Amino acid sequence: MTDLRDTVLTHALQAEGTFGPGKAPAGIKRIPKGVDGLATEHLVVNIGPQHPSTHGVLRLVAELDGEEVVNVEVAVGYLHRGIEKLGEHRRYHQLGTLMDRGDYVSGIHCELAAALATEQLLDVEVPPKAQWLRSLMGEINRIASHMVWFGTFGLDIGAMGQFLYAMREREALVDVLESVTGQRMMFNYVRPGGVLDDITPDAEQKLRTFMRTIDAYIDEHHALLGGNEIFQKRVRGVGIIDRDTALSFALTGANLRASGIPYDVRRDKPYSAYGELDFDVPLGATGDAWDRYLVRMEEMRQAARMIGQCIDGLPEGDVMAKVPKVLRPPAGEVYACVESPRGEVGVHLVSDGSDTPYRFHYRAPSLFAMQVLEEIIPGNLLADAIMLVGSVDIVLGEIDR
Amino acid sequence: MSAVLSATPPVLAAIGLMLVNGVVLIYMLRKVLGHLHLRLGPMHVGPKGIVQTTADVLKLLSKEDIKPNGVDRWMYVLAPVIVFVPSLMAYAALPFSETLRITRLDTGLLYTFAVLSLVPLGVIMAGWSSANKYALIGALRAAAQQVAYEVPLLLSVLPVVMIVGSLDLGEIVAFQTGVWMGVVPRWFVLLLLPSFVIFMISALCELNQTPFDMSEAESELVSGFATEYSSMKFGLIFLSEFSNSFVISALAVTLFFGGWTLPFVPESILVPIAPIVFVTKTYIGIFVFMWIRGTLPRVRIDHLMNLGWKWLIPTSLAWLMLVGVVVKLVAPGGVG
Repeated sequence: MTDLRDTVLTHALQAEGTFGPGKAPAGIKRIPKGVDGLATEHLVVNIGPQHPSTHGVLRLVAELDGEEVVNVEVAVGYLHRGIEKLGEHRRYHQLGTLMDRGDYVSGIHCELAAALATEQLLDVEVPPKAQWLRSLMGEINRIASHMVWFGTFGLDIGAMGQFLYAMREREALVDVLESVTGQRMMFNYVRPGGVLDDITPDAEQKLRTFMRTIDAYIDEHHALLGGNEIFQKRVRGVGIIDRDTALSFALTGANLRASGIPYDVRRDKPYSAYGELDFDVPLGATGDAWDRYLVRMEEMRQAARMIGQCIDGLPEGDVMAKVPKVLRPPAGEVYACVESPRGEVGVHLVSDGSDTPYRFHYRAPSLFAMQVLEEIIPGNLLADAIMLVGSVDIVLGEIDR
Repeated sequence: MSAVLSATPPVLAAIGLMLVNGVVLIYMLRKVLGHLHLRLGPMHVGPKGIVQTTADVLKLLSKEDIKPNGVDRWMYVLAPVIVFVPSLMAYAALPFSETLRITRLDTGLLYTFAVLSLVPLGVIMAGWSSANKYALIGALRAAAQQVAYEVPLLLSVLPVVMIVGSLDLGEIVAFQTGVWMGVVPRWFVLLLLPSFVIFMISALCELNQTPFDMSEAESELVSGFATEYSSMKFGLIFLSEFSNSFVISALAVTLFFGGWTLPFVPESILVPIAPIVFVTKTYIGIFVFMWIRGTLPRVRIDHLMNLGWKWLIPTSLAWLMLVGVVVKLVAPGGVG
């Protein structure tokens, strides 16, 4: 793969005289074609970081031959805040706050990963009620996050309505999260040793009301977008990630399962209450964009199932274990992971016995999903490049950190 | 000089109609899309946000006229005009009622399509001169789309012309007056349903409307050919789009839904309200366009081309032949 970065950095979107003959920007190879010696050249288009469908600040440097993308490079780093380095100067309680700002669409899961890692270092027993609340809030957050994906995927494909319909469902769920955690994003709800608070009667009421309609709503979304022939023609068989590619790119989450590999942290390394919950892990067959779509839709239904089980099976008791105000875990090294809506979120913590981590590293599933784009986009049309970015569901906050 | 003077009132009327239409349609689009999308649309400027569009037009008018570096100056300035003027010209032949129209043309149908097909020329100029890659891609898409869909659009209206035996829009409407067998309106949509379906698909494409909004394709090309346009230059392009959807919808009403006429309504009542009937029918057509726009995803460019070349053109040719044979057999001397 040629490195287009230098070319594009020196050559902004609208350099003067780009299009005329003999004015190919440096580094772009001209490909002579046989018709009367007419030369054609590839067009390098800079999609992002400011572009309507870059899911934040992703930048795709796409080399186009007409409408076809022949080469693409994903450029990241526009949202870098140094979260990992900041973590080395924050106390263990504060890691969740930082993690929230990683994958801001599914904060609960990120906080949970940090909390699990800290608890492993401390060897704390989390009360059962907190375990169940973590799963409950996690699954609520999962549907909310998948709704964001569903809506933006619709936008990427040009269907504006889906986004706003998906926001209707997300709104109801975010209201529940707000009622419990006090925040609509960046919850800071899961903490080492337990969770912030019990579910409020108000939130439980809202949740029960919502649960009555969610399956019908998901079916409706699926009928409206997935049942549309235009949509199916665009996603079926496009952007196939086969098993080997999926494994070699270390994909996790729905992207991996769409390729037919049954790996789900919730089932294979159960944490919180997932060991006691009954749920299926949906799998795709071919690993195309359609499979990724179907897997995520089914995950929403499974999440709804789990929410139902969590509200009914919520045990009584404390929501927080006895942990000191300032955590000083013994020296050691742990890795804890959770299944976020985007895949396996892992936190690697190294403690030197002080009140701040010696090293705080964060495995972001979007980072891996983003890299596979360079593999699956070339050969497709420009419109599909945008669609494929949507189909792997990345959040730039956790890629750049 | 007198010719110029006598042409002034109708031209002003057309401009007035187009501007008012544009303002009404933009408000309507925002409200319709808003309610389709479970939101409210504009609500703050005036009651129910009714003055919002006026405020937006004032904003567009008062904005600085930006000319980006590297644009082909004349083409860049001229392109919105080339987009705007044909849209304006297309009003000339529309029959709002038997008497109310700007000019009566024997070849009204041909004329309207001819001027409308100039619009993409402006689009291509805009895209080419903007020195922006998104604009260029958008313009090339517009060119491809135009070539592919102008043909089925014209083929789809030919059966109507064959049956009526005239290109005059007024006569096409007159032919559809009244009812068959006492109950069925003599509308061509009932007689020539395949024509209407092909017309609708091609018209959506001609209008650059979702699901065929390839040349703008917001999620891919930012704003497509109009990316570099701002202030009133953008306003002209925008206005022309809304005006075109009025014209195309008016054509659909004229060709397939009996124009200004209504079945079962006596002439004495119909004559005074004919323009209202026509505009109402047209707005219903526009509402359908907006409905489609709020619901469907975008077609991919190669699927669009396949649909145009491999399905619409052969189908419309076969249908044209069938209608021709039937017309010859049923009425060898001509129907009209």
